[in-house]
Amino acid sequence: MMLWLLICIPFAAGALSYFITANRVRRTLWFLAAATHLFLSFMLAFQSDVDTVKDSWLAMDALSRIFLPLTSLLFTAATLYAIGSFENSHGGKSDTAANESVPRLQPESVFTGCMLVFLASMTTVILSHRLGLQWVAIEATTLASTPLIYYHQGTRSLEAAWKYILLCSVGIAVALLGIFSLALAAGGVTSELTVESLVTHATRLDPRWLKLVFIFILVGYGSKMGLAPLHTWLPDAHSEAPSAVSALLSGALLNCAFVGILRVLQILNAAGMGDFGQHILIFFGLFSMGIAAIFILRQPDYKRLLAYSSVEHMGIIILGTGLAQGGMFGSLLHAVNHSFVKAMLFMTAGNILAVYATKRIDGVRALKQTAPVVAVLWFGGFLAITGSPPFGTFLSEFSILQEAVRQERFVTAGLYLFFLLLVFIGMAATFSRMTFGAPQSEQPAKKLHPWSLVPPAFLGIAALMMGVFIPEQLDALLHSAAELITRGAL
Amino acid sequence: MINTISILLALSSLFLFGSSRIRISIRVVIAQGFLLGIAFLLHNEEHLNSSTWTIAISSMLLKGIVLPWLLTFVLHRSRAKLEIEPYVGFGTSLFIGVLLLGFSTYVAWNLSLTSTVRAIPPALFSTALFLIFCGMFLIVTRKKAITQTIGYLVLENGVFATGLGIGHEFPFIVEMGVMLDIFVGVFLMGIMIFRIDKAFDHTDTHRFNTLLDEIAPEHNDSEDMESAQ
Repeated sequence: MMLWLLICIPFAAGALSYFITANRVRRTLWFLAAATHLFLSFMLAFQSDVDTVKDSWLAMDALSRIFLPLTSLLFTAATLYAIGSFENSHGGKSDTAANESVPRLQPESVFTGCMLVFLASMTTVILSHRLGLQWVAIEATTLASTPLIYYHQGTRSLEAAWKYILLCSVGIAVALLGIFSLALAAGGVTSELTVESLVTHATRLDPRWLKLVFIFILVGYGSKMGLAPLHTWLPDAHSEAPSAVSALLSGALLNCAFVGILRVLQILNAAGMGDFGQHILIFFGLFSMGIAAIFILRQPDYKRLLAYSSVEHMGIIILGTGLAQGGMFGSLLHAVNHSFVKAMLFMTAGNILAVYATKRIDGVRALKQTAPVVAVLWFGGFLAITGSPPFGTFLSEFSILQEAVRQERFVTAGLYLFFLLLVFIGMAATFSRMTFGAPQSEQPAKKLHPWSLVPPAFLGIAALMMGVFIPEQLDALLHSAAELITRGAL
Repeated sequence: MINTISILLALSSLFLFGSSRIRISIRVVIAQGFLLGIAFLLHNEEHLNSSTWTIAISSMLLKGIVLPWLLTFVLHRSRAKLEIEPYVGFGTSLFIGVLLLGFSTYVAWNLSLTSTVRAIPPALFSTALFLIFCGMFLIVTRKKAITQTIGYLVLENGVFATGLGIGHEFPFIVEMGVMLDIFVGVFLMGIMIFRIDKAFDHTDTHRFNTLLDEIAPEHNDSEDMESAQ
């Protein structure tokens, strides 16, 4: 019952906020809904009693305990940041007089409504144990986020939103085929398409159809997760969306697609067919990393750079998933770390955009003098995203490497290191030029609203903490989730 | 009876490969929507109850009336020309269509003959695969946003037919959820076609080339200013 509340509260608040015209009231409602969601999800995630929350439609297991509070935390941070950045744009209204001609019909109420519905659908994806319902929810995340990407209503965001909705919908249609095939594989064994019942009867499922299921689901949800070569919509959508939305798309939504893949992987592993999946996952992982590295090396736009970095990190996560249990732990840990760091970086990128009014890397110089706080966040974020030692990403990337070497997959390990190095070189050049480069003739000066700085700073500290010490409860959760997926059941 | 419907569905999709008129393509989609609704009812002949009726009728309403009407409305209001502009010519398309039909029949026969789990009606199954291929082909090879939307609808019809062929039914709520998703999706696409028409003076997605990586895009200050929050 409590789990349904987690979905209903943001949904109802979203529907309501669509009709509220007063900014102050709507923003308060938005924040209250986010805070309630955050409180509830932490409370339920740390409730040790599993059976009380078990329900045939929604259930809480180790995997949801990790991703639900994470999603909720990111959403609350993005809420505060978005409110702060709305204030930023109000301060600079005179600068954007050139765009007054663009028609806007109460965009902020549509924006708030879509954000909250987006949260409700992501929650459903994470909690749902019925694969059919999960499919509906994943498609709903696409639909709720399309208007968010199109928020600026320019031609570029229109192009990005069109590619996003069309490519993701086609990809997700393929995933539906996968679910039908799963029903066929389970024909006569179990009529309920819940993860639990499928795992229980996994060995009696038809293995040939199960292989087909895995491929369909990986292609379908993989296109939503941004795995190369199905990633082509991702750099456009993530770079054209408002920064608060980019932070959620990269930090929270990609994880949701990952959860969708993990549920099916769990069934595959329970059926004892893990080997079949591993090769495919490792290939997709390395390929995504390679493609992303190439595009990161010569990227003129810093938000696109971050978007390609998301493709790279999804590659790392999927690669880790392919390395069985040890790698699974690393990849789950990496998913958590990546969410913190990438959300922080996109928010900081939004601040840079607010100061310099350009997304071109060439247009941003001497961040250190212009906006010192932003510069610290930006350069700290660079260290974190490339997996430098004090940050959590180092731990998770290292544990995946360790697992690859332990399994004597030396080619995989070598390629993995090579791509990480390429990305490091590409990003180091860009980030240091932007932070330290010689000042331009005229430096823009703009005061940023504190709320657009506090959330990224908080997320940055969280990313740092993850490297210094991982809370005991989280560590236990990550281990039990890794075991859940690789063994099929606890 | 199911076989007749399957053949009609396959023929109608083949027609889409060669048709050069958007309005006729929309009519084909209408026909497919109704055919699939009838197929669904026939499939559940033995246990017709209120929920199967609801699903069948709302599916027919959605795919046969509401969505085609929406597309026609968009077509009339936007200044798009009524001809389909393909990347691949109609003759070649038709030829590829026949090849795809052959391929999906081959795959479907093999799968349904070797299926140990459950008997799959091969005609319906091969048609379903063909509809999926057809939808993807239309999305890839047609230039206009509206024809790509038609391709998406055909693809969704194919997925629906696969569900029928495999003989699996989702719980009622999930089935309605899937339909709601399709409705909202096409509705959003319709709104965006309007916007594309207004913003670009055309609805050709092949002229969508500002967001490329190879060429450093021309520096456009007003766009950047606009996205600066």
